[in-house]
Amino acid sequence: MATEEIEADGGNFEWDISLEDPLCVFQVLKRHFSRYTPEMVERYCGVPQDAFLKVAETFTSASGPEKTAAICYAVGWTQHSKGVQIIRTAAILQLLLGNIGRPGGGILALRGHASIQGSTDVSTLYDILPGYLPMPVFGADSRKLKDYINKHRVRIGLWSNFDAYIISLLKAYYGEAATKKNDYGFNWLPRVTGDHSHYGYWIDMQNGKVDGLFVMGQNPAVGAANGRLERTALSKLKWLVVRDLVEIETASFWLDSPEVQRGELLPEMIATEVFLFPAAGTAEKSGTFTNTQRLLQYRNKAVEPPGDSRSETWFMYHLGRRLKEKAKNDTRPRNAGLNALTWEYPVEGEHDDPQVDAMLKEINGKTFSDRRQLKHIQELKNNGSTTCGAWIYCGVYPEEGRNRANERQAKDLLGHGWGFSWPNDCRIIYNRASARPDGKPWSERKKLVWWDAEKKEWTGLDNPDYKKDLAPDTPDDLDTGVGVTALGGARPFTLHSDGVGWLYVASGLKDGPLPTHYEPLESVIKNPLYDQQVNPAAQKKERPDNAYAKPSGDPRFPYVLTTYRLTEHHTAGGMTRTLSHLAELQPEFFTEISPELAEEVGLTHGEWATISTPRAQVEARVLVTRRMRPVWIDGKRIHQVGLPYHWGYKGIVKGDSANDLVAISEEPNVRIMEAKAMVCNVEPGRRGVNGFSTQRAQSSQRKAI
Amino acid sequence: MAITAFLTDSTLCIGCKACEVACKEWNNVAEDGLQWSGFSYDNTGAVGASTWRHVKFVEQTPEPGFGGNAPELNSWSFSSDVCKHCENAGCLEACPTGAIVRTEFGGVFVQPDICNGCGYCVVSCPFGVVERNEDDGRAFKCTFCYDRQKVGLKPACAKACPTESIKFGEIEQLRGEAEKRVASLVGRGMKDVQFYDASDSSVGGTHAMFIVRGDPRSYNLPPKPEVPTVYLKKAWRSSALGALLVLGGTIAAFLADGNRNRR
Repeated sequence: MATEEIEADGGNFEWDISLEDPLCVFQVLKRHFSRYTPEMVERYCGVPQDAFLKVAETFTSASGPEKTAAICYAVGWTQHSKGVQIIRTAAILQLLLGNIGRPGGGILALRGHASIQGSTDVSTLYDILPGYLPMPVFGADSRKLKDYINKHRVRIGLWSNFDAYIISLLKAYYGEAATKKNDYGFNWLPRVTGDHSHYGYWIDMQNGKVDGLFVMGQNPAVGAANGRLERTALSKLKWLVVRDLVEIETASFWLDSPEVQRGELLPEMIATEVFLFPAAGTAEKSGTFTNTQRLLQYRNKAVEPPGDSRSETWFMYHLGRRLKEKAKNDTRPRNAGLNALTWEYPVEGEHDDPQVDAMLKEINGKTFSDRRQLKHIQELKNNGSTTCGAWIYCGVYPEEGRNRANERQAKDLLGHGWGFSWPNDCRIIYNRASARPDGKPWSERKKLVWWDAEKKEWTGLDNPDYKKDLAPDTPDDLDTGVGVTALGGARPFTLHSDGVGWLYVASGLKDGPLPTHYEPLESVIKNPLYDQQVNPAAQKKERPDNAYAKPSGDPRFPYVLTTYRLTEHHTAGGMTRTLSHLAELQPEFFTEISPELAEEVGLTHGEWATISTPRAQVEARVLVTRRMRPVWIDGKRIHQVGLPYHWGYKGIVKGDSANDLVAISEEPNVRIMEAKAMVCNVEPGRRGVNGFSTQRAQSSQRKAI
Repeated sequence: MAITAFLTDSTLCIGCKACEVACKEWNNVAEDGLQWSGFSYDNTGAVGASTWRHVKFVEQTPEPGFGGNAPELNSWSFSSDVCKHCENAGCLEACPTGAIVRTEFGGVFVQPDICNGCGYCVVSCPFGVVERNEDDGRAFKCTFCYDRQKVGLKPACAKACPTESIKFGEIEQLRGEAEKRVASLVGRGMKDVQFYDASDSSVGGTHAMFIVRGDPRSYNLPPKPEVPTVYLKKAWRSSALGALLVLGGTIAAFLADGNRNRR
C-alpha cells in the first residue's frame, strides 16, 4: 500500500472511513497503545487493575451523544519531561470519546496564576508574538516578510489569513512607519537566536552573557528550579530591576540567600545593582484577566496604589516613553524600530497612568485610516489598512464605548453578555463538533450549535465557531481550496489544515506523533516498556551546577520526590508568606511521608528531616501521614516524599525552598522543568549550614549507632 | 427580624480555610501564632478567643460500606467549626454582668465593652468555644457577624466560602435544606451522614448546624452537650440537703452535749 506523503498544509493523504486499513491512524493508535494494558498499569504504576478499570469505565460511560465528560488538569500533568505528551493523551481520549466542542466536555488547564492564558495569548513567551504568531527565528526566517509568511501561512483553515494577522500586528506596532515598501517593519522585530526560555537565559546569565534583568510578578530566587543556580546567576548581572508588592527573595539574594549564609557569595563582592520598585496590587490597577476558558474579564481600579506603588502598565509605558525620548535623535539603525514604535496612549490621574482601555482597543484592532474599531476577525486585511494587536482578541472592543470584557449582564447559561471569550465570543471552541456531520445536534440534551436549513446558517446556544453560511453538505476542497471554505461543511477544527482533530500529530510537536511512556529524567526504575529510558527530545541541561542522579536506580537517591502547592500559599509565597493571616495557616516547610518510610528511615513525626538531591539539601519538619502511601512497582516497594514548595528566606514565615532540589530541565515543546517527579534521599535531622558534609557526618553517625 | 443560622455542610468543605481568613480580616482579629502543629494541615488548633472560625482536618479510615473512598483508602475530611450560638447558651446564662446577650437574629453576642473578664462563660460553654483573651482577660468568640447582619449582609465566613459548605440563612429554611441534603447523600451511598444541631440535648438546638459524616466527635461536636444550668435544681437541692445536714448535725451536737452535761 502506497501512502502518499503528507504535506504540512493539508494536501494529499488517503482516507479509510471504515477505520480498518492497517495504516489508518486508528489502527496505528490501537497497535501503539496495545501494550498499555490494565495489567501493565497495575504492575508499573501501582494502580490496582480494578481501580483503573473503574475509572476507565466511569469516564467512558459518561461520554456519548447524551453525555459528555471533561478532563481538568493542573501542573501535576505539565511539569514533566514529557508533559505535553500527557496532555496529548487527554486530547486523544477526548477526541475518541467525542468530548471536544460540546457542552460539558473539553480539556481544562487549571492555571497556576491569574491570566496565564492571557500571558500566552498576548504573549510574554519568547518564541511567539501575540495571537500565537511565531516569533521570527534568526537565519531560519529570512529577512523578507514574504518568505516568513509563506513559511507559516497554511493554505486551508484559519491560518490561511496569516498574512493579515502579522501585517495588522506590524501596523499596530509601527503605524505610519510600517509600509509595504519596508515590509511593514518586519525587520525591526527582534529575532530568536537561541533558547531564550526562562531556563535558557538563566543559564546564559550564569555564563555571564546577560547584563540586566527585569523581574515582574515572578520570584525566581525561590520560585524556579535549581534555586542555587538561579541565585548565583543573579549575582552575575550588572543590574536587576524587581517590581513587587514587598521585598522578595529575588531582590535580596545578595544579602540573605543561602549562598550568602554559606559564604559562597559575599555581598561586598556582588556587583549587581538592585532596583526594587513597589508594585500596585490587583485592586489598585485596571486591566483584563483571561481565564482558562479564554474568557476576558476586565476589572476596574478600586483604590489608588499607596505611596510610590505603580501598576505594570504605568511602568512599561513610562519606561518605553523615556527610552523613545532618549533614542529619538539617535539615527543608528539599532534604534530604528524603537523610533518607529507607536507608543501613544492617553494618560489619566495624578501619576499619568496610561489608559488600559486604549491598549485594549489597540489589541482589538482598528482600521488604519480612520481608526474605526474592528468588530470581527474577518475584517483584518493584509494590505496595511488594518491594525490589530492580537488577532484572536478582535471583537473584544468592537465599537467606541463598548468594552465587552467589562460587560457583566449574563444572558444565558453559557454566560454570553459577561465578558468576552475569544474567538468571536464563542464560549466553547470548535463547537461545530457539537452537531453531527449533517448539522443536527448529536442529542437534544447536549445541543449547542446546529444548522438552520431555513435561514441557511449556523445558529444555536453559542456563537458558532464556524463560517456562518457554510452548509453542512458543502464538499471540502482540500486539494486546491483556500481558507476555511476549503474545509467544507463538516470539519470543525478550523485551525487545522484538514479541519479534523488529530489523534496522530504529524507536524507541530518537537517530540513524537503519539504519546509514549518515558520515565522521568531521574527515576528509581528502568523504563518497563521501552529501552529508551527518558524522552529523548527533553533537555537535561546537565552541568556541574545542575547535576543529575543516574537515570535509574541511583543508590544514593532511593526515593521518589514530588513537589506541589498548598491551598494557603501562592507559588513561592511572595504574596502569602508576607501576610500574617495566611502565614499562620501554614507557617513552616514540611515534608509528607508515609508511616512505612518513616519507619524505614527512622523519622519521627514533628521532628526534622533532611532531603537531598544532587542539586541541594533542604531541611523540613516531618509530617507522617497515611495519605502518603508507598506504591508497589514491579514487585518492589517504592516510597514517595512530598514537599510543598512555598518557602524562602524572606517574609513573616521562612524556610528552605523545595525548588532548590529540582533540576533545571526542558520539556522539548514548552521548555518546562520536571518538578513533579525526581529522586531524592531523606534522612533524620537538620541539614548543616554547609550542606553535604553534614549529611555525610549524620549518616556515618547513624551507622555508628 | 429573621432568626438566622449557619448550616456547615462538611461534605462540601475543601479545607481552603477561606472562612478563617475572611473572619479574621472582617473582625480585625490578629494572627495568633506562627507555630506548625504537625496535626494534618491544621495549624490554628481550635476555635478560641483569636480564632472564631476553624477548619478541622480529619484523617481517618472510613468503615467499609459507607460509600466515598474505597475501604483501604484513608479519608481526609474537613469541617469548619464555629460558635454554636445555642438556644440555651451556657455562656449567656453564666454571665454575671449582662455582657453576653441574645441578638435579634438569634445569635449570642459578647459585648466587649461590658465584659469584665470573670471567665464564668468559659467554663459554662459545652462546646469549649468561648475563651479569654490573654492580653486583657476579656472573653471573645464569634459575633455571628452581628455588624454585617445588621445591614443585611451575610457573615464574612459564609460570604467567602467558595463551595457553599457554609450556608447562612433563615433557620427553619436551612433545617429543611439540611434534611433534603442528608437524604440525598444517604441515597448516594453515604450512609454515615448525619445532621447535628444538638436539639435533643439541654442545649435545645443551635444556630450553627452541621452535616457531618461518621462520628461527630471527630469534628469537635460532642454527642450530648449539656448546659451547666440543667444541674441548677440538682445543685440547689444538694446544697439545701447539705445545709440541712449541717444544721441537723449542729443541733444534734448541741442536744447530745446537753445530755452529757446533765449526766
